[in-house]
Amino acid sequence: MSANAANGPLLEVRDLTVHHGQLRALSGVSLSLPAGVVHALIGANGAGKSTLLRTIAGLHRPTAGSVLLDGTDVTGMRAERRVAAGIALVPEGRRLFPSLTVEENLLVGRASARPGPWTVDRVYELFAWMPDRRSQRAAQLSGGEQQAVAIGRALVANPRVLLLDELSLGLAPVVVRRIYDLLPQLLDAGVTVLVVEQDVSQALACASRIHCLLEGRTTLEGPPGELTAAQIESAYFGLGNGGTGTPNGSRYPAAVPASAAEPTSSPMPGTAAPGWPDDARSPGEARSPGEARSPGEARSPGEARSPGEAR
Amino acid sequence: MNWVNAIIQGLLLGGLYALFACGLSLMFGVMKVINLAHGDLAVVAAYVALGLVAVTHTNTVSAVLHVPIGVSYALVVPIFALIGYVVQRTLLQASLNRGVLTTLLVTFGLSVVIENGLQQFLSANSHSLSIGSLVSDSFSVGSQITIAYLDLAILVVAVIVLLGLQYFLSSSKNGRLIRAVADDREAAQLAGVDYRHVFGIAAAIAFGTVALAGLAYGMYTQFTPTTGTDQLLLLFAFEAVVIGGLGSLWGTLAGGILLGVAQQIGAQIGSQDQFLVGQLLFLLVLVVRPQGITSRREAA
Repeated sequence: MSANAANGPLLEVRDLTVHHGQLRALSGVSLSLPAGVVHALIGANGAGKSTLLRTIAGLHRPTAGSVLLDGTDVTGMRAERRVAAGIALVPEGRRLFPSLTVEENLLVGRASARPGPWTVDRVYELFAWMPDRRSQRAAQLSGGEQQAVAIGRALVANPRVLLLDELSLGLAPVVVRRIYDLLPQLLDAGVTVLVVEQDVSQALACASRIHCLLEGRTTLEGPPGELTAAQIESAYFGLGNGGTGTPNGSRYPAAVPASAAEPTSSPMPGTAAPGWPDDARSPGEARSPGEARSPGEARSPGEARSPGEAR
Repeated sequence: MNWVNAIIQGLLLGGLYALFACGLSLMFGVMKVINLAHGDLAVVAAYVALGLVAVTHTNTVSAVLHVPIGVSYALVVPIFALIGYVVQRTLLQASLNRGVLTTLLVTFGLSVVIENGLQQFLSANSHSLSIGSLVSDSFSVGSQITIAYLDLAILVVAVIVLLGLQYFLSSSKNGRLIRAVADDREAAQLAGVDYRHVFGIAAAIAFGTVALAGLAYGMYTQFTPTTGTDQLLLLFAFEAVVIGGLGSLWGTLAGGILLGVAQQIGAQIGSQDQFLVGQLLFLLVLVVRPQGITSRREAA
């Protein structure tokens, strides 16, 4: 199909800059995704992960830079055309059609389907509970079931690249594990996966490559085996700009003068203590109380933060 | 017996209101477009029907091709469906991209342009669509109840259109896509649905039903270029939609019929009270059940 099919990356993002109005959400992010891997995108709230995924899927127009699928520039293509080209996004919050049944949700996913192994029946095989509940409205399903239907709706389009945004959001750990257990099966079926994950340990476990964003910029990239916990920690939180996790646990990035870290200006003095490694392992907490987000705003109001990500 | 008659006449009038309200309900339910030109579009449809009859019954055309008058009328529906698709893909889509208020202003402008255009080029004279003796034929039930064939036909058409549309939406592929887009436009895009095209299909259906409503009205009574606003057609259509519940086709049928019955009961109380009672019903529904009589509470 393409000259690059043999050895070039399947999905390539070049110098992508995206604005939400006046806010700069992504600044010159590049990403290269070879076929047949799971690639994980990590970063704190507001780092631009969802914006990157949504831009790859065609929901945002970049200010600069380009998105290439198998060597073909798709930057100007509408979202629905990109589905036909082979990019499918499972959006944050699942976004099923609530008044449609499970089966109807899956059938809508066939609207621009490419030819391939995934059909509604194949999805029913993957999720054994689903056929029995095919005529239930999507709104009546539990969160985990909805997530499964959302994945199924993306799969039936037979994507070459599957983008998964915050799969674990609002789901019980056991449900999350079950969903991640599916990834090998998807890879076997020839799907390449780019997953946004808050849970760093989950990302490290499932991905063959990690990409860390902070404030709309790439801070770290590489295979999990070659990255140290300290590197990931500093890239995730912007500490020390090179892995010197400061002993006093300042949550301010190195870009900010140390004086900014004085206790009076810290938005959450009580939690600005040790324990970052723990948080890095269970960022379920990392998304909670004002984490990384409020310090970020204190830091640089003009710097970008996707409104979609600011919870 | 007079009251029974009032209710029956109200049911029949309600068919006309439901037919009017159907397209309005669909466009709001799917595109979230409040089409202020809806009543005027119905009037345009009636004029187009007049024009088609005039053209197909000139000596030269009818010498070659005999077109029954009913076919000339029926042709208006596909013509309007096509116009609906084009208007949605151009004018309305462009205004939707610029926000909700813009679509409101654009359809309001469309209404003004239509009325003044018709007056400018077709004069303010009143017309009606000729259907021969059917306009006054009727049958009697008992001694005091008289039912006009035309009124009954309009009610039957309204029920068939709304049932058919409900079936189309729940069972066909395009119906499914319309519901998906109405639920979540962005998610539909992510599923590979070209929502602009789906909007076009919905608008085509809505314009087709507005053409039917215009035909029915033109046969029912006389129309002028300003009938769409003068005769409160838009208002009654809105009331039918709101009484029934926004975005629900069943509700629209029920709303239209309830409004018709309320108006006829009002007319029975006193000839000046016809619209008053209709408005009171509308206000009552807004106060007691603002989501409409058929909507479930969780329905958006």
